[in-house]
Amino acid sequence: MSLLAMNFFRNALLASLLASITCGIIGTYIVSRRIVFISGGITHASFGGIGMGYYMGFDPILGAVMFGIFSALGIEFFTRKADLREDSAIAMLWALGMALGIIFIFLTPGYAPNLMSYLFGNILTVSLTDLMLLSGLTVVIVAFFLLFYRMILFISFDEEFALTNNTPVRLFNMILICLVALTIVLNIRVVGIILVMSLLTIPQAISNLFTRYFHKMIFLSIFFGFVGSMAGLIFSYLYDIPSGAAIIFSLILMYGVIKLYFVGHKALAK
Amino acid sequence: MMLQDLTYLVPLIDIRHLTVGYDENIILTDVSLTIHDHDFIGVIGPNGGGKTTLLKAILGLLKPLHGEVIFHGCMTEGNHHRIGYLPQINNIDRKFPISVSEVVNSGLMSKKRIIKSYDPKDLAYAGELMNQMGIYGIRNKAIGELSGGQIQRALLCRALVNQPKLLVLDEPNTYVDNRFEKELYEKLRKLNEKIAILLVSHDLGTISTYVKSIACVNHSLHYHPGNKITPELMEAYECPIQIITHGKIPHTVLHQHDQ
Repeated sequence: MSLLAMNFFRNALLASLLASITCGIIGTYIVSRRIVFISGGITHASFGGIGMGYYMGFDPILGAVMFGIFSALGIEFFTRKADLREDSAIAMLWALGMALGIIFIFLTPGYAPNLMSYLFGNILTVSLTDLMLLSGLTVVIVAFFLLFYRMILFISFDEEFALTNNTPVRLFNMILICLVALTIVLNIRVVGIILVMSLLTIPQAISNLFTRYFHKMIFLSIFFGFVGSMAGLIFSYLYDIPSGAAIIFSLILMYGVIKLYFVGHKALAK
Repeated sequence: MMLQDLTYLVPLIDIRHLTVGYDENIILTDVSLTIHDHDFIGVIGPNGGGKTTLLKAILGLLKPLHGEVIFHGCMTEGNHHRIGYLPQINNIDRKFPISVSEVVNSGLMSKKRIIKSYDPKDLAYAGELMNQMGIYGIRNKAIGELSGGQIQRALLCRALVNQPKLLVLDEPNTYVDNRFEKELYEKLRKLNEKIAILLVSHDLGTISTYVKSIACVNHSLHYHPGNKITPELMEAYECPIQIITHGKIPHTVLHQHDQ
């Protein structure tokens, strides 16, 4: 391996670690609280921001951050107020974001560089800026969950009861949904829009086979997310396939093997 | 004796001309009710009649459109009302990754405990409650591994751990076995020696055995100081509910009224 490749690989390793930590924590939150579909909506809405970045000539990730946060707060606010059925509203937002992105990119004169890396991600081309942003987010999320762990667990389990205890439920919901949006957007560079949801759900699905406790699910998800990313990176290097797809494939393979082991174990025990 | 009787008349909550609903959809109109210390009020009425809505208004989850809910001095402590709440069990996600003791301790959460850890005295009380309720041995289990009755016990501990003056229960007898149901009502009778209870139920038979007074809720509220439920009473207030009698084989008689 050349020195240049080593440098790439070191960045990729760091990106995998940061992606595993952020997605391990935030993914456990969204899976437990059953807001996976909402997160899918935020993910695809952010594509509109990427298109806008291309069209107006600023960093597409910045556009994605704006669209992500706006749609997250929009969902948080409107699903409580408006008469719209929540899932239909989210599906509309989902499509709107994608449509806007396509229109913007179509209107942008010339070739849209790196477009594929936003759709499918490329862990080998994450920039130093991406890594710094992701590190910052990791610090914020870890600190927030360490400080407010009980409160987050409490609201996620039974929001109504938390309201009767006169705790700031709305504020926490707002902060958490923004952290969800930021986690999604900053991990787009790693696995891409199409695949980022799986980084937020498959490690949790694997962890769920081993534990039924929130904190253990977080640690196990980080672990499985990292192992899957490493395996994916190696696959991607050996067979020269896109890293994002290789990572997701390794994660699902891991889930399948472990699930089969448990099913077989149960069958044998009988 | 006289003094003791007087403490029973201390009002905790005054509901005055309360109208509540969701957006344009008004569920309860002009409801008035006073809850006193040591009350044991059974709330009955048809589905969709507004039983749960009444609870939500008392709990502060729904803002009144008209009228008010007034809390008397002894009902407030710091910045929260001293109400313990046991929601309907189907409001709870039974697959949520959380342990029994985490559920119970969450009842201790308040604004000033968001970062600060719980008071060891409070945690000890939580342990004592779990012990009384017979779930101390399974305190580290995830709720996904429990039966309906065990989850109800955990939720009851959560409702009581903050030492409320009023306990509010929303249909605690759904999805639980008969044995636990009887145990639960005996427990409530015991608790009622110290605190007031507001119990929503569709199970009329049990209600008339345990409660001291009855509130019939069907878009409006009719309060009956006694616990005798007569067919005339039900007919007068359009309250079709089921009556359960305990013979050798439990059976249910449904009283249906013409619309």
